Amino acid sequence: MAYSKHVSARLTRRLLSGGAALAVLLSLTVGVPAPAAEPIKIGVIGEESAVAGASITKAAQMAADDINAHGGINGRNVEVVIYDDHSSAADAVRAFQRAVSEDKVSAVVASYISEVALAIEPWSARLKMPFITPGAASTDISKAVHDDYAKNKYTFHGWLTSAFIAQSICDFEHDMLVSTFHVKSTVVMSEDAAWTKPLDDRFLECLPKAGVKVLDHIRFNPDTTDFTPIFNKIEGEHPDIITTGISHVGVQPTVQWHDQRVPMAMAGQSSQATTSAFWKDTNGAAEGVITASAAAPGVALTPNTIAFTEAYQKRFGVSPAYDGYTTYDEIHVIADAIKAAGSTDPDKIVDAMEKTHYVGTVGTIEFYGKSDLYTHAIKYGPGLVTGVVLQWQSGKQVTVWPHDKANGKITFPATIKMPK
Amino acid sequence: MTALQILVDGFAISALYALAAVGFTLMFGVSGVLNLAHGGIMLVAALIGWWVAGETGLGVYGGTMAGILAGLVAAYVTYFLVVRPIQRSRAIAHEEKEIFVLTGTLLWGIMIQTGMAVIFSDNPVTMRPLIGGVVNIFGVRTPRNEIMIAVLCWLVLGLLWLLINRTRAGKQMLAASINPRGLTLLGFDLSRIYLRVWTIYGVLAGGAGVLLASFLGVGTANAGQLTASAFSIVVLGGLGSVSGSLIAAYVVGYLETLTAYLISPTLRPIPALLLLVLVVYVRPQGLLGRR
Repeated sequence: MAYSKHVSARLTRRLLSGGAALAVLLSLTVGVPAPAAEPIKIGVIGEESAVAGASITKAAQMAADDINAHGGINGRNVEVVIYDDHSSAADAVRAFQRAVSEDKVSAVVASYISEVALAIEPWSARLKMPFITPGAASTDISKAVHDDYAKNKYTFHGWLTSAFIAQSICDFEHDMLVSTFHVKSTVVMSEDAAWTKPLDDRFLECLPKAGVKVLDHIRFNPDTTDFTPIFNKIEGEHPDIITTGISHVGVQPTVQWHDQRVPMAMAGQSSQATTSAFWKDTNGAAEGVITASAAAPGVALTPNTIAFTEAYQKRFGVSPAYDGYTTYDEIHVIADAIKAAGSTDPDKIVDAMEKTHYVGTVGTIEFYGKSDLYTHAIKYGPGLVTGVVLQWQSGKQVTVWPHDKANGKITFPATIKMPK
Repeated sequence: MTALQILVDGFAISALYALAAVGFTLMFGVSGVLNLAHGGIMLVAALIGWWVAGETGLGVYGGTMAGILAGLVAAYVTYFLVVRPIQRSRAIAHEEKEIFVLTGTLLWGIMIQTGMAVIFSDNPVTMRPLIGGVVNIFGVRTPRNEIMIAVLCWLVLGLLWLLINRTRAGKQMLAASINPRGLTLLGFDLSRIYLRVWTIYGVLAGGAGVLLASFLGVGTANAGQLTASAFSIVVLGGLGSVSGSLIAAYVVGYLETLTAYLISPTLRPIPALLLLVLVVYVRPQGLLGRR
């Protein structure tokens, strides 16, 4: 079976190349200029050993293949040039410089870590290279564009800013937990990192407005391996739930929360819990965990979501992480911008990207303008991108918010005590 | 209440620290090797154990066994591929061999860590607890697994004590640590004794790796920290002193737990490191060290 598939693929390729040769011959005879052979290169900086980092490069490759299958950009193929930054800002900057000076890329998609994206941003300004991060969240990325537009306009923020992630979680808690489960209080527990500072600021502001009193705010070192003292402290304060802001950690706090039978539900942003590998990594301790995410299995945020998820799953054997969805969309956004600009001139690409209205896999992508607070960040809101909130239930990610996308109801394991 | 919590939590984590460090110190005592790939070996055991338990359907006990075996294999590979060639090399001056072993194992540890990250990704993993559920110890809700880990650690440490002090093989190892040349003159084969130490070390490090995976969880990013923590415990206790390491493991374990509960979880490792610096100044041979 595999053999025959292989043979037929080879045959198809031969037929295609034969057809291409014929097309070139035909175009020559009628005097139409042949498509330039030179591909348009897009640099992609990911990290193979991290689930979220590997998803960036995989999704980018898929997007390029899809674009090329549909004729490329004005007849030119898209070629992604892949780099690995090992979660290091210094490695990422070196990869960015190499992409620009040696590999002559026209744009760069890079990283899911705010510290790394913030390190690349000034280089994108200096080298005038359009750059978009599909997964970092810090609000400082778009704030820099807002504060010095002329210099930093080459940077785009292709994922929800921390402030909007926090807002979506507040909206979720208000819509689902306050009304149905009578939740009145919480403790915010987040890792100490660039992306959680604006996240926590917004949590402290929007949770009380959503009807949830914040009893305490705990920030901990991302190197923490024993979470017992933290859970112990939280339990002593008797909140109804724990609101999380975690990405560098995830498996360990979840397993310890489960093993120690901490009686409060955990809801918030738990990035590792957005990947399909999380269930196995935690041996099912994830049961009941609630996290915000870009998209979820089986939920059609747009007509493109499910087709992409299934094709990705088929090709790589795992489901995409949140930044896999956004990377796939943003390679298309860049390709469309180059097409619209009719050139790879960085200023023209930036102008065209600012006019983006693209129905992707996570929603409809538009960027905030020069006068908005979060310049060049993707717009948050109904009809645009809101993300979803999902809950792990018996090994599956069930979407529980927003209402029109939900495919299940929130339930908690017996060990979790919700207020009556 | 908090005091009791600290007492219970500190006991279990210290027992695990002791188990992880004791093989490390035994090897230094007997064969003079400081194995900086230590964290990497624990990592291999934890990841293979997790993988076998989850993917092959052998379950948590099968996974634990496979993990310990993987630790042993990793220890052998370290010995035969990295340490022994350096020890036997004629190109390296005798007095420089220790530093070469140190560098070699350090690099090997980094190779293991990177390799494991590529194969398993850098997501931390956790083994399912050997026994589930929680019990109430005077009001402290304690996972049964935590209690069992502490008991297991002490059982293994007890067996190790018997092995070293009550068996012929153990006494040979003790003798090798005191006077290797004398032992050779009496007709004992040193390389066999070294292999025995590496075997014991592999089982101990492997066991500590899988137990850590089922207690707190282990990720590839932890490898350096695991080596560092074993190293500081061993320096604090006195290089090569097994009982010193046990005491030091409890000092470090309780100091960390106290800091995490009473000051801040973020500062957890700091006081133990300060103590280490102090010990190096005031009593460089460590608590019970003789070298």
